[in-house]
Amino acid sequence: MKENIKYWIWLSSLPGLGARKFAELKARFGSPEEVWKVVHSYAPELCGIHPELYEALISDRHKQKVDIYMNKAKRLNIGVITVEEEGYPDNLSKIFDPPQVLYTRGNIIKEDKNAVAIVGSRRASHYGLKMAESLAYELACRGIAIVSGMARGIDAAAHRGALKAGGRTIAVLGCGVDIVYPREHRELMMQIISTGAVVSEFAPEAPPLQLNFPARNRIISGLSLGVIVVEAAEKSGSLITADFALEQGREVFAVPGNINNHNSIGTNKLIKQGACLVTCVEDVIEEIGLQYLIPGEGKCSENIHSGFNFSKEADISDEERKVLKLITFEPLHIDRISKISGLSIGSINFVLTMLELKGLVRQLPGRMFVTA
Amino acid sequence: MVYIVNKVVLGVAFMISKILSCGLSGLDGYMVTVETDISPGIPSFDIVGLGGTAVKESKERVRSAIRNSGFEYPVRRITINLAPASIRKEGSAYDLPIALGVLVAAGQVAIDEIQNYAFVGELSLNGDIKPIKGALSMALFLNNSHVKNLVLPVENAPEAAVVQGVNVYAASHISEVIGHLNGLNAIEPVTIDMDTIFNISRTYDVDFKDVKGQLNVKRALEVAAAGGHNCFMVGSPGSGKTMLAKRLPTILPGLSFEESLQVTKIHSISGLMPPNTPLITARPFRAPHHTISNSSLAGGGSMPRPGELSLAHLGVLFLDELPEFDTNALEVLRQPLEEGYVNISRVNACLSYPCAAMLICAANPCKCGYLGDSSRQCTCTPYSVQQYLGRLSGPLLDRIDIQVEVASVGFKELESGSDDESSPVIRERVVKARKKQLERYKGSSIFTNSQLTHSQLHKYCTLDIKERELLANAFERLGLSARAHNKILKVARTIADLDESEKIAVKHLAEAVQYRSLDRKYAV
Repeated sequence: MKENIKYWIWLSSLPGLGARKFAELKARFGSPEEVWKVVHSYAPELCGIHPELYEALISDRHKQKVDIYMNKAKRLNIGVITVEEEGYPDNLSKIFDPPQVLYTRGNIIKEDKNAVAIVGSRRASHYGLKMAESLAYELACRGIAIVSGMARGIDAAAHRGALKAGGRTIAVLGCGVDIVYPREHRELMMQIISTGAVVSEFAPEAPPLQLNFPARNRIISGLSLGVIVVEAAEKSGSLITADFALEQGREVFAVPGNINNHNSIGTNKLIKQGACLVTCVEDVIEEIGLQYLIPGEGKCSENIHSGFNFSKEADISDEERKVLKLITFEPLHIDRISKISGLSIGSINFVLTMLELKGLVRQLPGRMFVTA
Repeated sequence: MVYIVNKVVLGVAFMISKILSCGLSGLDGYMVTVETDISPGIPSFDIVGLGGTAVKESKERVRSAIRNSGFEYPVRRITINLAPASIRKEGSAYDLPIALGVLVAAGQVAIDEIQNYAFVGELSLNGDIKPIKGALSMALFLNNSHVKNLVLPVENAPEAAVVQGVNVYAASHISEVIGHLNGLNAIEPVTIDMDTIFNISRTYDVDFKDVKGQLNVKRALEVAAAGGHNCFMVGSPGSGKTMLAKRLPTILPGLSFEESLQVTKIHSISGLMPPNTPLITARPFRAPHHTISNSSLAGGGSMPRPGELSLAHLGVLFLDELPEFDTNALEVLRQPLEEGYVNISRVNACLSYPCAAMLICAANPCKCGYLGDSSRQCTCTPYSVQQYLGRLSGPLLDRIDIQVEVASVGFKELESGSDDESSPVIRERVVKARKKQLERYKGSSIFTNSQLTHSQLHKYCTLDIKERELLANAFERLGLSARAHNKILKVARTIADLDESEKIAVKHLAEAVQYRSLDRKYAV
C-alpha cells in the first residue's frame, strides 16, 4: 500500500463526511495529506464544513483509529483503491460523486467493466428468485460480470446464478468489507471474494446502518452498464438504484410480473415509465451493446441456448406427467392440483412426493408447489 | 314401629339413625353412612367426619329445609357423623341424607325400608332438592353393593337410570321423599330406553361437509382418525383450523357402551352433564384456552378434579395457539399422553383419571401469522420465523405423528364444494381401518397404529427394498429429520390400512412423507 493511502483512509472514514464533501476538501487543499497537515489551522467556515465535522477532523482519537484500520486492512487482505489510481473501476469513476476510496476484497479486473447489475426485493417470490438466478447465470456465461448488493432475496439469487456459471460477480456492501451482513450470507460472501470481488466505500468496521444503503446503491449502478430490476414492491430500495441508473445514464431494465402480485408493483411501474421490458437475456445484451462478447466454455456451453432447465424426460409415470403439466412458476396449492387433475388427494400426495424426489417440483410453505 | 309425620310425639326415646349415602373418590362412588344422634343438652348442630366447607354449611340448609317443609326442627343437641370418618367428604350431596337422618332420629319419618335406600341431593332453603355431581358413579357403585335403591335429584336421574340393576327414584322436594318412604305416595322408578339414547344422542350437530374444500387437511384428519395419530395443524388465522378440528370426533368410530359409561362418569363428576342426557354417546371435544393453568389442564387442584385432558378422554383435545401455552402446562401433559392416565397424588390418596385422548394442536406459521398465505404478505424476519415454531417443545412434538398445513380462506372461493363428503361416509372408511388394526394387534397391549413402540414397528411395518430406497431418498432430498422416521412408518401403516393393503407400498410411504411439514427444510 502506498504511504499516503493513510490520509485517504483517514478522510474517507470520517462519519458524516460523504464522497462529495471529500472531493471538495481535496480540491480546496490539494490532497488528503494536505488536509491532514493544515486543517487544524483554519476555521471551520473557511473549510466549508460543519463545526462538528471539523471537531472530528482535528480529533486525535480519530487519527489513532486510522492505524487500526490500516492494520485490519493488512490482516484481512483488504485492498484500498483511491479514485485517482489506475485500478479504480472505469465505469464508476465517471459518475457524479464517485466514492473517493474503495475498499475491496478479492480482485477487480479490467473486464469487469462489462458489468450488469441485478437488483430487487428482499422478500421476493419464487418466480423472482428463479428469474434473477437464470438471468445472472446466462449473462455470466457470456462473460458479463454481475453486480449486486448481496442482500437477501434477489441480490443473493443473482450472485448465486453468476457463481453457478463460473462467472464473475461483484458485491457492493452498505457496511465495512470485514462485516458479513446479513449473517447467513457468510458462505456466499467467501465464494464471491474468491472468484470475484466484494467492495464498499465504507471503512472497515462500519456497521450496516440504514442510511448507508441508498448511498451504496449508486455504486451498484455506477459499476454497471445497465441495471435489471427483477422484482420490486411499491417502496423497494431497488427502485432507488434504478433512479441512480437514470441519473448516471445507465440503461434500466425490468422484469414484468403478475399484476396482482404486490412484489411486482414497482417493476411493472418502471416498465410503464419507460424501463426496458426483459423477457430473455438477449433483451439486455442487445440494448447494452455487448453482442460481440463470445460465450465462454465449460459449464455454460450446453445451456447457452436452452434457457431454463425444463424437466428431463426421465422415467415418470402417467400420473406424474399429468400433474407435472399443471405446475408452473406460479405457486399452486395442493387442493387445486387435486381438483384440476381429478386424482384423489391421497394419490396427489404420493405423486408430488415422487416428483419432488426426482427434482422436478419444489414445495413451498403452505403446501404450494412450483417447478423446481 | 310407625310414626306419624308432623306430629311431635312426646316421651318417645330419641335414637341414632343411620341413613345411607354415597361419596366420590376419583371417578368411583363409595358408601357413606350418615349417622345422626339427637340427645338432650344445649341445642347445637355438629357435623363430624372430615366434611369440607360445603358439608359444614349443610346444617344451615338442612335446618331451613326442614322447617320450611312443614316438619318440626328438633331444638336439641344434634350430632351428625359421616362415616367412614377418616375420609374427606366434599360437596353438598349429603344435605338430603342429613335432613332425613335428623327427621328419622327425631321420630318424624317411618324407617322400615330406609336401610335399603341410598340418598343424595343438595337441599335449598325451602326443601327443594338440587342437582349433584357424579350420579352415574354412585349408581354404578350401588349396583355392586347390597343397596339397590337410589333417591336423587330429578336432574341427575337420567344418567343414574342407565344402570339397570339399580332402582332410581327422582325427587324434586324433600316431602316427596318422605311421602314415598311413608308409603303414602310412592315414586315410580325412572326407566330409560337404551336403544333410543344410543341412536339419538349419537348424531353430532356438525359435519365434515360443513367445510368447503380443504381436501388435503380432511385427508390428513381421516388418516389421523384411522390410526389414532395426534395431529399438528399449521395455518394462518381464519384458515379454518378450529372448524376442522371440531369435526374430527364426527369421523371417529362410535363409543361402545363401556366407553360411554367412562366418558359420562368423568363429565358427571365434573358437573358437566348436559340437561336431560342419560349418557354421553358422542366423543368429547375439549378446546381449552391457552391461559389455562397446569392443574386445570391435566387435573388436580386442592379438591382433585379431572382436567381438560381427562374430559377429552376417548375424544379430542384441541390446543389452539400452541406456542402461547405455558411451557410448564405442556410439560405436565407429556407423561399422561404417553400412559393414558393422569396420576394425582394427595396426602391421603392417589387418584387416577383416564385420559386416552387424541391430541390436535394448532399454530400460526409465524408470529404475524401469514407465512405462505396467498392473500397477505408475511412481515416477519427470517430469524423470527425460525424462532416461532422452533421453540415448541421437542418432546411434545415427538408425540405428534401428522403435521399438516392449512391453507387460508382465499381458496375456498375457488372450490365449487358441492361434492364434499359427509362425516358418515368418511367414518365408514375409518371404522374399517380401525377394525384391521384391532385384528392385527389382538393379544398385544395396543389397539391402534399410533401406539406402536419402536420394537413393534419392526414387526408390523416391514418394508421391501423399493420402499426402503424411497424412504432413504426422501430423507436426503427433503431434509427430513431423524425423528420423523418412525412416525412416517406408523402413518404409512395407517394409510395402507385405509387402502386395504396388507403391505406398505411405495405410494403409502410417499403420502406419509407429506405429513412432515415442520421437519423439512424449505430451500430458499
